[in-house]
Amino acid sequence: METILDALGDAGRLVAGLDPKLVEIVALSLRVSLSAVVLATALALPLGAAIAVAKFRGRQAVIVILNALMGLPPVVVGLLVYLLLSRAGPLGAMGLLFTPTAMVIAQTILILPIIAALTRQAVDDAWREYQEQLRSLGAGEGSAALTLVWDIRFSLLTAVLAGFGRAAAEVGAVMIVGGNIDGVTRVMTTAIALETSKGDLPLALGLGVILVTLVLALNAAAYTLKEAAQRRYG
Amino acid sequence: MRAPTSILPLRLDEVSFAAGGRTIVDRVSLVLEAGPRTIILGPNGAGKSVLMRLCHGLLAPTSGRIEWAAAERPGERRRQAMVFQRPVMLRRSAIANVEYALGLAGVAGRERERQAEAALESVGLAHLADRSARVLSGGEQQRLALARAWALRPEVLFLDEPTASLDPGASAEVERIIEAIRAAGTKIVMCTHNLGQARRLGDEILFLHQGRVVERAPAARFFTLPATAEAGAFIQGELPWT
Amino acid sequence: MDLRRRIVLATARAVLSLPLAVLSLPLAVLSLPLAGQERFITVASTTSTEQSGLFGHILPIFEQQTGIKVRVVALGTGQALDMARRGDADVVFVHDPAAEKKFVDEGFGIAHRQVMYNDFVVVGPKTDPAKVAGGKDVLEALKKIEAAKAPFVSRGDKSGTHAAELRYWKSAGIDIDAKKGPWYRETGSGMGPALNTASSMNAYILTDRGTWLSFKNRGDLAILVEGDQKLFNQYGIMLVNPTKHAHVKRDLGEAFVRWIVSPAGQGTIAGYKVGGEQLFFPNAAGG
Repeated sequence: METILDALGDAGRLVAGLDPKLVEIVALSLRVSLSAVVLATALALPLGAAIAVAKFRGRQAVIVILNALMGLPPVVVGLLVYLLLSRAGPLGAMGLLFTPTAMVIAQTILILPIIAALTRQAVDDAWREYQEQLRSLGAGEGSAALTLVWDIRFSLLTAVLAGFGRAAAEVGAVMIVGGNIDGVTRVMTTAIALETSKGDLPLALGLGVILVTLVLALNAAAYTLKEAAQRRYG
Repeated sequence: MRAPTSILPLRLDEVSFAAGGRTIVDRVSLVLEAGPRTIILGPNGAGKSVLMRLCHGLLAPTSGRIEWAAAERPGERRRQAMVFQRPVMLRRSAIANVEYALGLAGVAGRERERQAEAALESVGLAHLADRSARVLSGGEQQRLALARAWALRPEVLFLDEPTASLDPGASAEVERIIEAIRAAGTKIVMCTHNLGQARRLGDEILFLHQGRVVERAPAARFFTLPATAEAGAFIQGELPWT
Repeated sequence: MDLRRRIVLATARAVLSLPLAVLSLPLAVLSLPLAGQERFITVASTTSTEQSGLFGHILPIFEQQTGIKVRVVALGTGQALDMARRGDADVVFVHDPAAEKKFVDEGFGIAHRQVMYNDFVVVGPKTDPAKVAGGKDVLEALKKIEAAKAPFVSRGDKSGTHAAELRYWKSAGIDIDAKKGPWYRETGSGMGPALNTASSMNAYILTDRGTWLSFKNRGDLAILVEGDQKLFNQYGIMLVNPTKHAHVKRDLGEAFVRWIVSPAGQGTIAGYKVGGEQLFFPNAAGG
């Protein structure tokens, strides 16, 4: 209990004082995770929509695999990306290891299945409602899928948020491919891991409080947006 | 430029549709000509909706052939339209929904706006043009669906129990619009289980029972002197729900 | 065709519906490696040097004097050497002389220099069930701990500290692989997490003094055995061999190695104190 109270105190002090190290770490966390979300969404949205709408052999198997990949362990993704980007690996010459770019790549891979699977589910449900009408009007499959995705864009926000939540919360992938280098690749989760291993539990918990608050704020904003859209568009 | 040939008449040749082990449409052969308002009548489960969807191209028959007089090519403007029992609108304004359909038909720019406005005007929804379509009442949405279908100037308009979910006032409105569309030259093919509506709106009746066309006759004769026992029982209200 | 244009417009609208600021982020982040005008080296080191705060103290001074940034990836000694073998580091700075020698003999490292030493201590619960407190012989202490089957936490992670621990068990005549039981807990983790575990389990543990001094979650633990010559813990630094990995930043790496063993670097190391106590003792002149 003491530790938790100390943690809240530490968190408050850091935020109020706008500790520059903290600001740097929070900014990097947001940059990495938001970038991963943007990239993953750009790839996952069309993928999920396509799987929902198209009919092809093995579709059921693809859906099952996609859903299963939602549970990819972050540390495994981190390991795979590390082996890819290591100097001894195929993409070593790019010199991306231990940079924020590597972290973005790892997190993008991690959350892509989540956004794609949830998109697939949402589009599948909406397709059942829309498809007869859109086909009746003469929309081709591709055009219908695009129209659908745009129409349910606010529901898809939930899928995107789920991806962001996973990215912001994970430590396994960014630790391995980023190296938790002070001032370069240290993000909130790796900083928490470090402070925990130094035994500075109040500080670690304090950082945790800040992280959770940020994610909560983002979710609240998205929820408000969805509600407003629901009222406006029905 | 040669005027496009009409897509009518529509020929169905021994068309069947089976799903889940059940035969829903059973070896139906018929020809739909331009002109008379065709009402597909029958009890629930007779296969009316499925038959219409087969004609409209939303379903493929499990056997038999469906042939329009002029083939429809994908990517070309559709010359038939369908209005469903429950209207499906995009999360956009009423007029934007009509413009969407016109866009698919290849109408662009100012012309698209103009035609959409005219369509809304003709169904009495001009004052709701900018309202979000999905917050409109059931009756208003169905009228919007009709406006959207009519804007495409289809040769054939299929209607699947269009007033089944509406109150009498809204139903009357919808029937008026259907009449107006017919007067403008579109062939009407409508299915309903409402005898009164069939009497009001039909020129010929296709009576469907357990997936087969049991009787086909001009409306006046069908209602006064039904040729088959099933038709007679249905008109009396005695036919069991299949 | 109008339809195609509509699809393009719809996609563009979808993409633009995300705040433009968010969109610009991947571009900003991805341009970082291209902005490699920054002179930096990657150093693979151990958790004890980072967590004790040593790097936080000496690296800014090095950067000030040379303009070279040092990026430290802190892992266990075994992991650090493996990382260097793969070519993912320019310089290695660890504390396992035997492993370092092997690394050089394999041809992966050159310019090996001794840097500094600190000592290990045996830390344990104040209640001291194995009665080792005040002892001056680490081997005796380990024998007592094993005999009492008192809880003992091992790092178990191929680190320098772990290697040292295994050497002590061997020297004490104990075949730890055979003798370990539920009392011997291998965490497979860095020094800090292992100390956390020992603290919550009230267990004995071998740790380097530097990490212990800056460790804050001590619980009921205290230093029980120290001062044994055998507890001497030597740190070494080397450059990753550029002939094995052509991309290694030889000049910058050598600058760092030279500075560390120079009077300036050695003095900076000696100047690092926690609570008034010096943690690391420079001894580059010796080797």
